[in-house]
Amino acid sequence: MNRSALEGVRIADFSWAWAGPYATMLLALMGAEVIKIESRQRLDHVRLRALGFGVFRGVDWSPFFNDLNLNKMSVTLNFSQPEAVALAKRLVQISDVAAQNMRPGVMDRLGLGYEDLKKVRPDIIYLSSSACGATGPEKEYKGYAPTFGALGGAVHLTGYPDAAPQQMMGSIDLRSAATSAFAIIAALCYRQATGEGQLIDLSSQETISALIADVIMDYTMNGRNQTRKANRDEAMAPHNCYRCQDGKWVTIAIASEEEWKAFCSAMGDPSWTQDDRFSDAYSRQRNQDELDKQVEAWTVNHTPYQVTRILQKAGVAAFPSFDSKELSSDRHLKERDAFREIEHPVMGKRIVVAPHWKLSDTPARPYRHAPLFGEHNEYVFGELLGMRPGEINELKEKEIIY
Amino acid sequence: MARKALQGVKVIEIAQLVAGPYCAKLLADLGAEVVKIEEPLVGDQARRREPFLNDVPHPERSGLFLYLNTNKLGITLDLKTETGRGIFRKLADWADILIEDNPPEVLEALGLDYKNLKATNPRLIMTSITPFGQTGPYRNYKAYPLNTFHAGGESCMMLRMSSTPERAPIKGPGFMGEYDCGLSAATATLCALYARGMTGSGQYIDISKQESAIALERLENVLYPNRHKEETRAMINAAARGAGMVGGLMRCKDGYIVLAAMQEAEWQGLVDLMGEPAWVNDERFKGESNRSQHAKEATSLVQEWMMDQTKEEVFRGGQERGVPIGAVNSPEDLVNSPQLKFRGFFVGIDHPETGKITYPAAPYQFSKTPWAVERPAPLLGQDNEDIYCTLLGYTRQDMVSMRENGVI
Repeated sequence: MNRSALEGVRIADFSWAWAGPYATMLLALMGAEVIKIESRQRLDHVRLRALGFGVFRGVDWSPFFNDLNLNKMSVTLNFSQPEAVALAKRLVQISDVAAQNMRPGVMDRLGLGYEDLKKVRPDIIYLSSSACGATGPEKEYKGYAPTFGALGGAVHLTGYPDAAPQQMMGSIDLRSAATSAFAIIAALCYRQATGEGQLIDLSSQETISALIADVIMDYTMNGRNQTRKANRDEAMAPHNCYRCQDGKWVTIAIASEEEWKAFCSAMGDPSWTQDDRFSDAYSRQRNQDELDKQVEAWTVNHTPYQVTRILQKAGVAAFPSFDSKELSSDRHLKERDAFREIEHPVMGKRIVVAPHWKLSDTPARPYRHAPLFGEHNEYVFGELLGMRPGEINELKEKEIIY
Repeated sequence: MARKALQGVKVIEIAQLVAGPYCAKLLADLGAEVVKIEEPLVGDQARRREPFLNDVPHPERSGLFLYLNTNKLGITLDLKTETGRGIFRKLADWADILIEDNPPEVLEALGLDYKNLKATNPRLIMTSITPFGQTGPYRNYKAYPLNTFHAGGESCMMLRMSSTPERAPIKGPGFMGEYDCGLSAATATLCALYARGMTGSGQYIDISKQESAIALERLENVLYPNRHKEETRAMINAAARGAGMVGGLMRCKDGYIVLAAMQEAEWQGLVDLMGEPAWVNDERFKGESNRSQHAKEATSLVQEWMMDQTKEEVFRGGQERGVPIGAVNSPEDLVNSPQLKFRGFFVGIDHPETGKITYPAAPYQFSKTPWAVERPAPLLGQDNEDIYCTLLGYTRQDMVSMRENGVI
């Protein structure tokens, strides 16, 4: 069997909710051994409920927790007891990375800040991920994905120009997480070269702003404060999402005169395409509302797949706007194994999104379900820290392992 | 001087627009030496995209290009010539990492695919970024950022929370999906670099823009295939009922905020901010579970109050009381944000064609190896002499001849 890219890397994962756990899960997919350190006394709320979806029936019944914590191990430590903090430090001592996404200051007060952990593991890489970063006047500000999506500037720029902005939910957390994972692996590469660890202070708000940098540049260069424009583009038209049969949708984008001609001919050169209002790219851009009506009058008689087939054959960029149902049955995604079935000991078989990178020699690791609550207490405290079963049981009774 | 996280890592980039160049920029800004290869005379398509400084189109004054190509060296090279391909092979022998975004099989047809390049540089890591990946029935489909964003499921997902559900699903802001993919590719590339540090071998990485988008909506994207599972069915039903979240996107007197008050203490903070109106004592709004069941009523009552407040009042007042509220910030708001200013999220970068302008920096601060811009984006072909003469050993006379023959 191939080795994994991050084989031998161990992560002490103090993170919770979405943004932290997905960051370490990405590294777990790449083969890092991630030990999630959680507690009944301060439960990762994703085990209990999902914003907007209600409450689950038990700590091992959360589909979302499963989707965000695959491949990890779980131990339970109650940080209101000093012995638990000491045990966490022992775990950090045998780890390469520590990750957390509490509000700035919380981990320091527990004695688990970077300065504390550096003492027990001088080359530790420590990720502190928070809504607005660990410094500055707003460092204490509280946030979840929907709020820092707004704070970072994404929400203002998403939606129809004549309507309210579009709120964005969990994907915003996952974007912050993806940035954390990148920062951690960059720090790991540096440590591999020099032996040195370091602190990474990440701001979720800024992770979102970074993804719209060119729009911000329009303001810093030209003083233009852009707003949302739904699916439209400054240079391309048609460039939109069009209604198809059965309430489904297809996107079409046309960049050149050549593509426009191919598009017209693929539709059978209807007479409206000869209209002066659509005679060149500039006119099409100016008359987009009318143009989009004409295009939709054609797409609405087809399925998204039909439109895609017809236009792709003509060299025109078209593709369905997929929902969960269409994604799960698409033949291309099937062939690329984009989804995978895993067995969860409590919830049974579940479909999850497969790793989204294909590495030829160190493929992302086959999935193991997210850990049950405290599933690896015996292994981690027994095997890794060398504690005797009696000791572990005693700590459980004292609600230190809890 | 502080060391750089990726000091000594050598990268060649042959990519355009956003995803590939952003992937390489992430590495360059952390200290990797990135040589960007562009087509002679024409260059990266991003050079022809807005925003242009003062709205005057100019290939050296596109904000998109300038942002995405900081810290890179720039050379021009025509791979359609045999000499150009020979030079490319030499560069691939020199490099640790190659980042490219050509349609599948283009490099293969030129004899520059991974198999060939690996033969002389087994340590090479090659990352290919395409709309749908290197395999599968859609691998040769044409797609622009609009198409691949919608291909990932987030657009249809957002439609469920849209204020205009009768209209078409929409993409994310700007080129967000492309940046997302560049970030994902950079992470995979560095994982391969880390693995190479252990094994000594390079490898090939196939990145699909569609799949990077699917991964970011990984929870909702699997609701349908899991719909027969009890927990998932409950979630689908909750979503259909309008989901039990108090808040969401809300309107103020002068703009919008997003409120996500989820826990009891956060709700109490909100009640305090509203000045404890009588309605909060209604049985329907006592406790998380009641509120969740009557989320719509609670939200509309909060909304009624909020219409008379300013965005700033609600945002600051809420945060002071521990209520997770985010102001819906515009680019202007971001540039003027005291928090972003304090953290140095904006940096002035000088460039021969634009003078000093302000760029967003990075969302992470490393204690030992700071993010830094040491050089602005390259002018087209700016570093030809350095790379061809100093690095690869051609003479200046060779360069004149290569230029005349359109190789560089």
